[in-house]
Amino acid sequence: MSNITKQSLSELVENIKNKKLSSSEATKAFVERSEKSKELNAYITEDYTNALNKAKKFDEKPNLDLKLPGIPMAVKDLFCTKDIRTTAGSKILNNFVPTYESTVTQNIWNEGAILMGKLNCDEFAMGSSNETSFFGNVQNPIDKNLVPGGSSGGSSSAVAAQLTPITIGTDTGGSIRQPASFTGTVGLKPTYGSCSRYGIVAFASSLDQAGPMAQNVKDCALLQEVISSYDEKDSTSIDFKRNEYSKELTKDIKGKKIGIPREYRVDGMPKEIEDLWKKGIDYVKDCGAEIIDISLPHTKYALPTYYIVAPAEASSNLARYDGVKYGFRAEGENLIDMYEKTRSEGFGTEVQRRIMIGTYVLSSGYYDAYYLKAQKVRKLIKNDFDEAYKKVDAILTPSTPSSAFKIGEKTNDPVSMYLNDIFTVPVNLAGLPAISIPAGHDSKGYPLGLQIIGKAFDEQNILNIAYAMEEKINFKNNITDWWIK
Amino acid sequence: MSKNKPEYLINRQDNQYEVVIGLEVHAQVTSESKLFSTSATKFGAEPNTQVSLVDAAFPGMLPVINEYCVKQAIKTGIGLKAKINKRSVFDRKNYFYADLPQGYQISQFKDPIVGQGKVILDMPEGQKEVGIERLHLEQDAGKSIHDLDPKNTFVDLNRSGVALMEIVSKPDLRSPDEVNAYIKKLRSIMRYLGTCDGNMQEGSLRADVNVSVRKKGSKEFGTRCEIKNVNSIKFMQMAIEYEANRQVDLIEEGQTIDQETRLFDTKKNETRSMRSKEDAHDYRYFPDPDLLPLEVSDDFIKNLKSEIPELPDEKKKRFIEKFKLSPYEANILVSDIETSNYFENVIKKSDVKLATNWIIGELFAALNEKNLEITESPISAGNLSKLINLIKDGTISGKIAKTVFEQMMQGDKDPKKIVEEKGLKQESDPKALEALIDKVIDDNRDKANEYKSGKVKLFGFFVGQVMKVSAGKANPQLVNEILKKKL
Repeated sequence: MSNITKQSLSELVENIKNKKLSSSEATKAFVERSEKSKELNAYITEDYTNALNKAKKFDEKPNLDLKLPGIPMAVKDLFCTKDIRTTAGSKILNNFVPTYESTVTQNIWNEGAILMGKLNCDEFAMGSSNETSFFGNVQNPIDKNLVPGGSSGGSSSAVAAQLTPITIGTDTGGSIRQPASFTGTVGLKPTYGSCSRYGIVAFASSLDQAGPMAQNVKDCALLQEVISSYDEKDSTSIDFKRNEYSKELTKDIKGKKIGIPREYRVDGMPKEIEDLWKKGIDYVKDCGAEIIDISLPHTKYALPTYYIVAPAEASSNLARYDGVKYGFRAEGENLIDMYEKTRSEGFGTEVQRRIMIGTYVLSSGYYDAYYLKAQKVRKLIKNDFDEAYKKVDAILTPSTPSSAFKIGEKTNDPVSMYLNDIFTVPVNLAGLPAISIPAGHDSKGYPLGLQIIGKAFDEQNILNIAYAMEEKINFKNNITDWWIK
Repeated sequence: MSKNKPEYLINRQDNQYEVVIGLEVHAQVTSESKLFSTSATKFGAEPNTQVSLVDAAFPGMLPVINEYCVKQAIKTGIGLKAKINKRSVFDRKNYFYADLPQGYQISQFKDPIVGQGKVILDMPEGQKEVGIERLHLEQDAGKSIHDLDPKNTFVDLNRSGVALMEIVSKPDLRSPDEVNAYIKKLRSIMRYLGTCDGNMQEGSLRADVNVSVRKKGSKEFGTRCEIKNVNSIKFMQMAIEYEANRQVDLIEEGQTIDQETRLFDTKKNETRSMRSKEDAHDYRYFPDPDLLPLEVSDDFIKNLKSEIPELPDEKKKRFIEKFKLSPYEANILVSDIETSNYFENVIKKSDVKLATNWIIGELFAALNEKNLEITESPISAGNLSKLINLIKDGTISGKIAKTVFEQMMQGDKDPKKIVEEKGLKQESDPKALEALIDKVIDDNRDKANEYKSGKVKLFGFFVGQVMKVSAGKANPQLVNEILKKKL
């Protein structure tokens, strides 16, 4: 079978189930393409030999009842994988090999998938361009020297470049949806509590959520079905009835009420984005949905709120990387000196910046003005959505205020970098599900995404809307394999 | 009860100072596993053998609350007659130290699980109520070992994550004696409840002591100093005494007291500054986003209430009313759950008055001498009960009983068997006693004649002789009666 790597997940599963394709053939194809694509720098750790062995073993006694039978895939390097180095994109975990497996990845292996390697990401998932990774920039397969988005930049690049048929990322403020949007792929951030956080290197505990990334909506639905589970090992995991998202997927969205929030028309938003949004509105109308103008009045406070809450939690979550127990340690004169040297050398600039912001907003005298106020605003933002959902079933917005930018373009301007998350962070603050789907190109031919935000636990609904829109949009990614010599 | 309270005051030339003390007691929750992980909590295990990935703060590891520890904390709250908060919140207390793997301690800051309560102290001058400010759950840290190597510090994480209850008293204590009584009462309540074993040697109970002084009669509190982590009652008392005098001396010299944290040096018997208020850590408390607020229902609390055993105060009342014990006796017998259990087992089948005397007298003295706890007593409650019945029914005299008791202390043996084997049974057969007495009178004819001629004091001599000849087994009452007749 040729063009294996061009197949979607659904096609691969079907072909393996029909015995037209073996796991070994599929794995070999993706491994070979990955090996030819080193210039993208999508991988931090490769595990190809093991992957090929596992595929061989799968083929000897294939269990075709599984949802991901012998499917090879790479995952973001924020998920702890047993016996495979897990770095979180940081020097401080450069040598860290977990003895345990995250619940989300375990769910994937339980359904028959095979790990090919660990994908690059911003250090501790802090970034919007994958430029904060200790392991270097990732190239967007769309164009040379273009960022793939972040923090799940290795993941978006690998899916877009077809180095892996599907992958998983994590999304704290847009880290799945923004890179999906930048690479012309589909990314879902599930409801907070849908996917277990057990075994995922923590960035901001109250915002972090794992989710699927794929080339189309159906694949995304299937992977979501696999990774979402109630987990007693995560106290914030929620025990709700989970759908079989891929089976229940439908393009029939007639009569659905779609909200258009006026506050998302931000100053200085490029006309291309405005036009894309209008096109999106037309598409859902074509599908028989009803458009309703809504207001999310506290939207403008979302970004500052996010950049208080997330760093506050991160400053505490990252305290454990102290050189004492595992990971990188710099020698010091005494304990304090060792801490200072370890953390100064082990963490990159952006991580240090956020630890400092977080420490500041939690310190006595500033706590009430920053952290406590941010928590109150967060509640108001959630209330905005609750109000809106009395009138609508879902909300349609652009995924990002621009298309992918050049590597290095924003590295010296953190605020401009943070502004990239403007449409995605309110969703994390409210704990809601949202999906980004590719919806068009800008004048440079770079992909642009639209975001559909759902009610809590209503992943099925936004997957259905995305599925219906996907057919109308009929998006084609222009990828020329420029990096393969 | 007397109202004349002997006050604990510190005297200087013209001034008298009152000492104000508040305690923050850290009590280790009795539980098989830790507060947020399933690791064991056994004391004395090899270093780092009871450490899970959660306790060692590996990446991606998450805390999951141990329901049993929550129940233990609520039970303790009920025992302290305190308000149980149906909603409480776990916060992170952030600071760096080698034996704190997470870089923060999970504790409860603004919303503790237990609110205000009280503890009643039985002081010699009467009862005293001490207010409880709050009780909250928190994780213990690991242990840094500095003396194994000249250059390196070793870390043992066995204790990391073990559940502690921090019990904060109001500043209601006024003397080292009250502190002693307070700790003992708290310990007793928790041991009754089975929520903390109170073992101070093993560190299950330690306290931070807040001390301030003020001129007698003053209503204002003085500036307080906190003495950290004192692990015995004796050291607490010594530390308070030293610290209160230090503060008084400063005031007398016209100086001010700095609010600070101090350490008690047990070797030099002095407190010294650890860090001042300016150097105090900024712990950056905030609600732990890995844990949801802890919510318990009315039914949950109700069920726990139904599991609460009779506590020392109630038991004391019952002992006094039902068994007619004196408050002094009742206090001693209820002070410890094991002692009261022992007592109640003994009196199941024997006389209360005798049992009380024997336990408080002979048994406590014997245990003290051998440095044993009541649970380690060589004499079981059942056998002590038998011994008391042998006295009561006249089988042996009180004097012989002491001999039998000594035998029993050598190893728990049925007192009846000891009496039989050693032939210690009291001689109460009048005929046998008559024969014995006749012989004694015969052997001491001259003294008998002197008695008859009026030297009545010699009666005692004859009793003594009879007891001697009978090896102490003669029933003293019968001996008296028969002797009177015969002489």
